[in-house]
Amino acid sequence: MSFFESLSNYQLDILKEIGNIGSGNAATALSKLLNRKVDMKVPAVRVVDFDEMMNMVGGPEVTIVSVFLRIQGEAPGSMFFVLTPEEAETFVHQVTGSEQFSLQTPPFEEIGLSALHEVGNILAGSYLSALSDFTSINMQPSVPSLHMDMAGAILMQGLVEISQESDYAIIIDTTINEQDNKNETIQGHFLLLPDPDSFKRIFAALGVKDL
Amino acid sequence: MITTETVVKVGIADLKFAKSPGILRTSGLGSCVGVVVYDLSSKIAGMAHVMLPDSTQSRRDDFNELKYADTSIDRLVSEVMEQGGRKFALKAKIAGGAQMFSFSSTNDMLRVGARNVEAVLNALANYRIPILAQDVGGNSGRTIEFYPETGKLKIRTVNQGETEL
Repeated sequence: MSFFESLSNYQLDILKEIGNIGSGNAATALSKLLNRKVDMKVPAVRVVDFDEMMNMVGGPEVTIVSVFLRIQGEAPGSMFFVLTPEEAETFVHQVTGSEQFSLQTPPFEEIGLSALHEVGNILAGSYLSALSDFTSINMQPSVPSLHMDMAGAILMQGLVEISQESDYAIIIDTTINEQDNKNETIQGHFLLLPDPDSFKRIFAALGVKDL
Repeated sequence: MITTETVVKVGIADLKFAKSPGILRTSGLGSCVGVVVYDLSSKIAGMAHVMLPDSTQSRRDDFNELKYADTSIDRLVSEVMEQGGRKFALKAKIAGGAQMFSFSSTNDMLRVGARNVEAVLNALANYRIPILAQDVGGNSGRTIEFYPETGKLKIRTVNQGETEL
């Protein structure tokens, strides 16, 4: 049995707490940035196979907008911030104050893409720095990259490292909600996928032995 | 009119077969490669969705054969023949192997798309199966559908629309 299938409930709870701390900070950052109230959902930790992971975001063929960061350092992993194209548009409208931006037909407005990139960077960065402070593990995010494409194609890239070892991934999934005065809701998913070897490092840093 | 019931979905690291009028479909290929091996006159086809190039690099012994190009294509070819495909009539079409992300670091992991394609081409060459069409590389995701009836491979992307090979 691989490590992934043998996690105890206690260990899963720790991972949930990690998601909680990370996305809590990201939600605060977003709230300050937009000067609005931002809610977050209780994080979920799931052990999923690759097909199930695609279904979490609506199926492999669904178009998503994602900001991807590779985490380097002592506990490497991958991180995605996932939005639907409609949510991404709303996001850009709020950040830039311009209602022109659309993701319907390329070429897309440069300023809007840049804003998305930057928001993704700020949110993922605050998620990771909170996590890094909490665990005192050195984590450096790579330069983020922004993509709009099929969910399967994008998410698979973050799974390459994991897939060499396992047919399952542990996903720490947290959702933040933001509602504006026109009742347009944005739900952003943070998916954190630590590499297989990183779990031991994370648990060790938090003083958790195998239970 | 082909009904949706006859669409056979191929998951990630999966392998499925269909006879006309069935259709084989796999969605959201990024760095993964979709491989179709078919016998047009018997109207039978198999489709594999491979994730990684080389099973000898697996860190586990009890790995999933369908994940790797080499082992998956072994299974694909032998099972197509078991189901009535004739070796000399087998043809192949492939799609996928995109490089979704471009990072400055030249980590081998990020070139996995190109390596997958290379491994698939090698494996098919070992069986001397001619590749009649391929749509590989680039940086967009693909959804592919194969029609055993006509031997056509339909490829859909988000930004570049549909093509047929």
